[in-house]
Amino acid sequence: MSAVPVTLRRVVELEIDGQTVRAMEGQTILQAVRALDVEIPTLCWGETLTPVNACRVCMVEVEGSRVLVPSCARKVEPGMVVRTNGDRVRHSRKMVLEFLASSVDLSTTPNAARWIEEYGAEPDRYGPAAPPAAAGERDRAHAGHHHPGDGQTAATVAQPVKIDNESYVRDYSKCILCYKCVEGCGEDWQNTFAIAVAGRGFDARIATEFDAPLPDSACVYCGNCIAVCPTGALMFKSEYDLRHAGQWDEERQTQTDTICPYCGVGCELTLHVQDNEIVKVTSPLDHSVTHGNLCVKGRFGFQFVQNREKR
Amino acid sequence: MFGAGGGTSSYQEIEETDLIVLWGSNARETHPIFFHHVLKGVHAGARLVVVDPRRTSSAQWADNWLGIDVGTDVGLANTIAREIIHAGLHNREFIDRATTGFEEFAANVEQYTLEEGEKITGIPAEIIRDVAHAYARADRAQICWTLGITEHHNAVDNVLALINLALLCGHVGRWGSGLNPLRGQNNVQGGGDMGAIPNRLPGFQDLEKDHEARTKFERAWGVEIQPRYGWHLTQMFEAMERGDLTALYVIGENPAQSEADTTRAWELLEGLGHLVVQDIFLTATAELAHVVLPASASWCEAEGTVTNSERRVQRVRKALEPPGQAHDDIEIIAELGTRLGYPMGWSTSEDAWTELRSLSPMHAGMTYPRLEELGGIQWPCVDEQDPGSPFLHGRLWADPLEGPPAPFHAVDQAPPVDELTEDSRATATRRRCAGRRRSTSRRRTASASTSSRASGFRSPRAAGP
Repeated sequence: MSAVPVTLRRVVELEIDGQTVRAMEGQTILQAVRALDVEIPTLCWGETLTPVNACRVCMVEVEGSRVLVPSCARKVEPGMVVRTNGDRVRHSRKMVLEFLASSVDLSTTPNAARWIEEYGAEPDRYGPAAPPAAAGERDRAHAGHHHPGDGQTAATVAQPVKIDNESYVRDYSKCILCYKCVEGCGEDWQNTFAIAVAGRGFDARIATEFDAPLPDSACVYCGNCIAVCPTGALMFKSEYDLRHAGQWDEERQTQTDTICPYCGVGCELTLHVQDNEIVKVTSPLDHSVTHGNLCVKGRFGFQFVQNREKR
Repeated sequence: MFGAGGGTSSYQEIEETDLIVLWGSNARETHPIFFHHVLKGVHAGARLVVVDPRRTSSAQWADNWLGIDVGTDVGLANTIAREIIHAGLHNREFIDRATTGFEEFAANVEQYTLEEGEKITGIPAEIIRDVAHAYARADRAQICWTLGITEHHNAVDNVLALINLALLCGHVGRWGSGLNPLRGQNNVQGGGDMGAIPNRLPGFQDLEKDHEARTKFERAWGVEIQPRYGWHLTQMFEAMERGDLTALYVIGENPAQSEADTTRAWELLEGLGHLVVQDIFLTATAELAHVVLPASASWCEAEGTVTNSERRVQRVRKALEPPGQAHDDIEIIAELGTRLGYPMGWSTSEDAWTELRSLSPMHAGMTYPRLEELGGIQWPCVDEQDPGSPFLHGRLWADPLEGPPAPFHAVDQAPPVDELTEDSRATATRRRCAGRRRSTSRRRTASASTSSRASGFRSPRAAGP
């Protein structure tokens, strides 16, 4: 009666790229493949988030399936035959990366440049980028507002950066609509529901209610959206300012795990420090208390150790 | 509780329980990441009951909000208990085998009928009945609380009243069932663990009654330990008033602003013969001090450990160089010892921790490498093979019972010291914690304690209520 319950899981045998593999029942193809040290690119997948199958970059071939399947969400099955790097898969990834890179700024997306090269994607072949939208233009778009381009330029989501508070900035020129911020803010973790996808088709964008500026919205500044953003669209203001000034230098940064000083929950913080200043705070995804999440205090409440002399 | 001062359960259990009671806690704002675990439970089907005079943001998530009149918590708990007993929903087998004092307790709650409970608490009888039945019938249930329970003149009775409910239904000592005080700061629990309370040595070993433990510490430290309890904070201020306490060494506390009666606290601190304050800021208390020892921030400019509300001991690490002449607390204390003629024999936090492990059995298995490797360890952890303890008091379910039975405590409703007025629901929660500036249950997410930390924090939400 007084024991910690244990869940027993069966082992599933399947074939991946010609190799027989054993995985645990309930695991995804992605997990089984990564256990083999084979890389599958992912963007919208998050270790701590419910898969939403939005980005389509992790698609693999499963024998007997008419279409490619998202490896991040599809569970392993006994006898499954999976190909992670065949022609169909490579072609699909090339297209996905071209569409994304031609319309979105992937300059701060880890690995994007490498994948583009690896899959032979040519985002430039859609023509030069169309002029960026004016501030607020994309946020006002309604169904029917979007018109096909002239075929000479590549449509983009480029628009001015939104800076409306001192904690974090939103650069939606870098947003690939992966839904991770929506999930982190929503039922997966924070349950604040401050943001959602508004609009349809190419006009779809992440928005607060009625496009309110963050300080007037339901946002509680936990920053759990920043923690899961795969492209740097959501960024600490401190990181944004340093990058803007050309001073952001990860080579010079240290990462130290410690415990948040505020309440008694005991959240683990990873302090990113450059030149003896905390420039960013994250939390390990595998920590049993936080699962990578923090609140406004843990995420942004560190200035007090940095401005003691000024007070 | 039952001898060891700590919450009984793991956060994981909150996700896997059937009923969660947040009593005097607005965890949504005050313990947001704990509330993530509550929400996992809620989404998995757990029923959430929030007991609070205000309809807090936590209450907005609840199946039942019990808008209790301030200071009537014992009345509510006793009414729930009587209803459970009268409906025959108490766990007789558990009570007989693992507890004492049930008869006296049952007799004491007899006067707390549903009608009486409604009169005392302002909560409709039907709702009290419904919650009582749900708590008793749940396979697994958790009661969690914060300062809405503990920041009262009768706080001990409040806690005992909640413990009684758990004993009545066997909702303790099992995975998914327990009693959890949510701590207000990152090392409230650890301070108690380390003996920074006037009646315990490290590891909750009784200073007065446990002669064997005291002798063990005396041998290790080579000094005689006075076999009597010291003063807690309230008693210290009383002793200052009497003139029995004339010198005070304050570390990381700001009583000039955090005491309920700040005028009195200020006068007494000013009247001290010698006041030493060790802090990371020049606080209002430090401004009164004869000597100020600038300290480094323990969570990012020093090495050490803290303990959270699920008894998990975790490492804090140095990420920054402290400013100016600030030093690590442990260096200051060791140096002070040396200058007072008692070299501590250690100079690093790990040395001090190793000594602690040799003296506190519940920490014995927690080496620094293991704390690192396991992502923290929950006490008790008695040796280096022990993975730690996700929940406490499993012994109460052992057959035959291991160790002493858990006692019921007959406690009675005592009205708040301040007379309640018409708008007491709104004002008393404020008054109760006036000296704290913002109470824990009223604390906005972006502010904490005397705001010495949060006031330097550029949060867009920092503007107070």
